[in-house]
Amino acid sequence: MIQAVVILFSVLAIGGALALLLTRNVLYSAFFLLLTLLGVAALFVLSSADFLAVAQIMIYVGGVLVLIVFGVMLTHKTDPLNRSNQKPNAVLTNHRAWLWPVLLAGSMFAVLFQMLRQGNFVLLNRAAKYQTTVDTIGRQLMAEYLVPFEIAGVLLLVALVGAAYLAMPERN
Amino acid sequence: METSTILIVAALLFSIGLAVVVVKRHAIVVLMGVELMLNAANLNLVAFSQYDPDRLQGQMMTLFVLVVAAAEAAVALAIVLQVYRHYRTVQLDEVNDLNN
Repeated sequence: MIQAVVILFSVLAIGGALALLLTRNVLYSAFFLLLTLLGVAALFVLSSADFLAVAQIMIYVGGVLVLIVFGVMLTHKTDPLNRSNQKPNAVLTNHRAWLWPVLLAGSMFAVLFQMLRQGNFVLLNRAAKYQTTVDTIGRQLMAEYLVPFEIAGVLLLVALVGAAYLAMPERN
Repeated sequence: METSTILIVAALLFSIGLAVVVVKRHAIVVLMGVELMLNAANLNLVAFSQYDPDRLQGQMMTLFVLVVAAAEAAVALAIVLQVYRHYRTVQLDEVNDLNN
């Protein structure tokens, strides 16, 4: 039963990623990325990481993806000469030649797949039980991971200020 | 059994993300490929972390990866915005001179 659900959401995630790879329309690729991120969040739940699944949806779908869509819209200008009301206003990306990228990614996957198939992970023979992890994550953040937690806060502040400064229009 | 399925899915997502980064010429789609690869790494960390329920080291790592990915996306998009202001294009192959 759980295996079937895992496969369903895996197909969702991989289908979204493949469609992202194949489509030329940048806005479509943003929406296919949404599909993939939701599939990954579901796989998080099925690996008993409920808090991270919610965080994934809030940060990626609510933050990064909205930012990406804004980026797409802000960095596009239609050619005023070829403009027509009949055609959709698509933002297109160019592709490089497919041979080397596909060869690279295919061989990468072949190596990883072989490694996962032949590797004998002792850990996977143990039984994992489903449980909520919010409690443990909260305690770990305030105990063992306090310093990284604070550094992450400072990093976010720096990124906020830096991004606002970088995106500022030039003053003449 | 489910864990090994998830590991294979993560490997596939990583490969597809790599292909996206190499194939696409639009800067923002390349960023999407990077996000895909980060997600694949997160999937691996979470998949192994369920066998470590006391310390959850994998899930903590994933949490920090999420934070860093969000910061990276914000800064990268700001840079893309400036590149667009400067060159009037974000197709990476057309951004090829230092003094436009």
